[in-house]
Amino acid sequence: MSDACESCPANARLAQMGLKLENFDRVVALAGNPNTGKSTLFNALTGLRQHTGNWPGKTVTRAEGGFEFNHIRYKLVDLPGTYSLLSASQDEEVARDFILFGQPDCTIVVTDATVLERNLNLVLQVLEITDRVVVAVNLMDEARRKGLDVDVRSLARDLGVPAIAVTARTSEGIPTLLGAVEGVISGDIPTKPHRVQGTPEFQRAVNELAPMIESLAPGVPNARWLAIRLLDGDTRVQQALLNGELADLVARQGRADTSFSRKIALEGTQ
Amino acid sequence: MESNLQPANLQPNDLLARAEALRRGLSASFRDETVRSIYTEAERIAQRAVQAKDERRWDLDQRIDRLITSPYLGLPLMALILAVVFWLTIVAANVPSQLIAKALFWIEAQASALFTTIGVPWWITGFIWHGVYRGLAWVVAVMLPPMTIFFPLFTILEDLGYLPRVAFNLDFLFKKAGAHGKQSLTMTMGFGCNAAGVIATRVIDSPRERLIAILTNNFVPCNGRFPTLIMLATVFVAAAFPPALASLAAAGSVVGVVLIGIFFTLLVSWFLSRTLLKGEASAFTLELPPYRRPNIGRILYTSLIDRTIFVLWRALQTAAPAGAVIWILGNINVAGASLAQHTANFLNPLGLLIGLDGVILLAYIIAIPANEIVVPTMMMVYMGTGMMTDIPSLEGLRALLVGGHAWTLLTAVNLMLFSLLHNPCATTILTIYKETRSRKWATIGALMPLGLAFLVTFITASIARLMGWV
Repeated sequence: MSDACESCPANARLAQMGLKLENFDRVVALAGNPNTGKSTLFNALTGLRQHTGNWPGKTVTRAEGGFEFNHIRYKLVDLPGTYSLLSASQDEEVARDFILFGQPDCTIVVTDATVLERNLNLVLQVLEITDRVVVAVNLMDEARRKGLDVDVRSLARDLGVPAIAVTARTSEGIPTLLGAVEGVISGDIPTKPHRVQGTPEFQRAVNELAPMIESLAPGVPNARWLAIRLLDGDTRVQQALLNGELADLVARQGRADTSFSRKIALEGTQ
Repeated sequence: MESNLQPANLQPNDLLARAEALRRGLSASFRDETVRSIYTEAERIAQRAVQAKDERRWDLDQRIDRLITSPYLGLPLMALILAVVFWLTIVAANVPSQLIAKALFWIEAQASALFTTIGVPWWITGFIWHGVYRGLAWVVAVMLPPMTIFFPLFTILEDLGYLPRVAFNLDFLFKKAGAHGKQSLTMTMGFGCNAAGVIATRVIDSPRERLIAILTNNFVPCNGRFPTLIMLATVFVAAAFPPALASLAAAGSVVGVVLIGIFFTLLVSWFLSRTLLKGEASAFTLELPPYRRPNIGRILYTSLIDRTIFVLWRALQTAAPAGAVIWILGNINVAGASLAQHTANFLNPLGLLIGLDGVILLAYIIAIPANEIVVPTMMMVYMGTGMMTDIPSLEGLRALLVGGHAWTLLTAVNLMLFSLLHNPCATTILTIYKETRSRKWATIGALMPLGLAFLVTFITASIARLMGWV
């Protein structure tokens, strides 16, 4: 390859790093409804061969892999597909715990362009937790075949975070997606996530509980979200507060834990 | 309670109590409102972003779905699709299997002859070529051709999106059995690999229903056992029919075994949900994915590298030591007969009771680490015990077993049933232990199918004998 090609952004910016997970600079999570092509995107980015299949519920543990984009090394975490972050089956908990406590630098929510409305429920729930989100509108080829026209700019405006059209199977749109991820992490792309406002009493209650949670579990991200869950009577969050699990979770999901990551990544390739 | 507590002496209980108090201050429908506002927002945003130009393609998907998941045609169509897949595999694998067997055993004959000429002791030649090598050769000859045809076909079905529809068709049966509807999904996944099926049960929320799904996953044949079943059907069941019908009969019998497997999954689930694991079935939603054009490159990769090489490599790893063990058992003579013969004779009464024989049971014991090598092991035991001296082609093998070792249709059918129902492979048992974290459930998961396998084959053998069929 000539020097000109090597430096050409279209060719050289993405380098798949497979299982080389040492010394990564950033952590990116892949969330989304079941069967929206998270694993396909994961494979396209990392060059790994995580088994993909056309059915919901295929990924039940999280798989991890690495890639490099614009000289920044990323660790990518493929989470199990979920419809919501509110329920308590084991696969949903894996996804929820990671987005909540793993403190990814950015979360890519993969959505299915052909059934966008149903997918947006999860997007809105993720936006409640974190503001560093990029929405990947996947399966654009299928949407086109079905005669659906998806306006990602309208979507980005309404959600307050970047929305990028991609077709993971053919790697269409992936450089744009990664550019958005980079921008959101660096702050070059400011986000203003759409959040449910609720009544004034509700807001007052949240504002009172959030600082209490922070003082109980120092370093916990998303105290606001946890406060909302407590107001909702979420027994899982109550339990986590009572038995000190919350602090544990914050510590355990720490990103320096590479030996654990490698193990999971290897399991994921089987 | 004071709401302005000092952070230093704040206790988790205080926080929860405060949250409780605040919740009471909010309107009662607060939770519903939050959920509803998310839904209405999602609807509003999606409507603004998505324009539908035409709905033709969507209609086609739905029309296909109406046929495939129809209450009347759904299950017969499933049996038909499976039959076509098995028939294609059986017809296409026959010739390559014979060629590979001939070539590999020719190598064995040449190599051992060469070893003898250059003066290598007979026991080294025997151990290497008639023991370890023969084990490997049998596995490759018997398993490789069906796998290279069956796995791509199976992967196409998976990629198209057919498997979740199978789950959908079977859902009502699982509900009747008191099990979770998603168990139909994890069961379908078991067709790929039982260990993967057991891990997949994590999608089931209720621990009771999850345990039922784990314990019964073994009753559908996995990718490792399919070649065994196909091979048994080809060599032994087909032989009982005129040549024109042979491949159809073989495909039909494999479909029959799969349906029997589903039947036992349901039966045992029903039994468990009324005895050890009592409870009601819970509701769930199952999303049917759109039909997708299969990606040929990925199908070839998944089926040939992920599945064929993986299964074959695992089989070879167990076949080499198994070949060695059989050769040793066959060549240590005590009181005028080999150890293998003594063991087979000892197991023979039990084997005959369930329509098999001592050699087959010995093969099952040697093949415990990986069930898929049972047939090759069986062949080696027959040879190693001197019951079969020369190395026949698959055709000759059939003639020898049916003619010389009193194999009947009952032997073949019961062998298929036994191979379907008996204990899961070592990997699956270990996975059950890891998932349930309980020795008790792992033991039940191993012994219950084994007991059932003995019971069912005993019943079929007894019926066949009472009716005077054998």
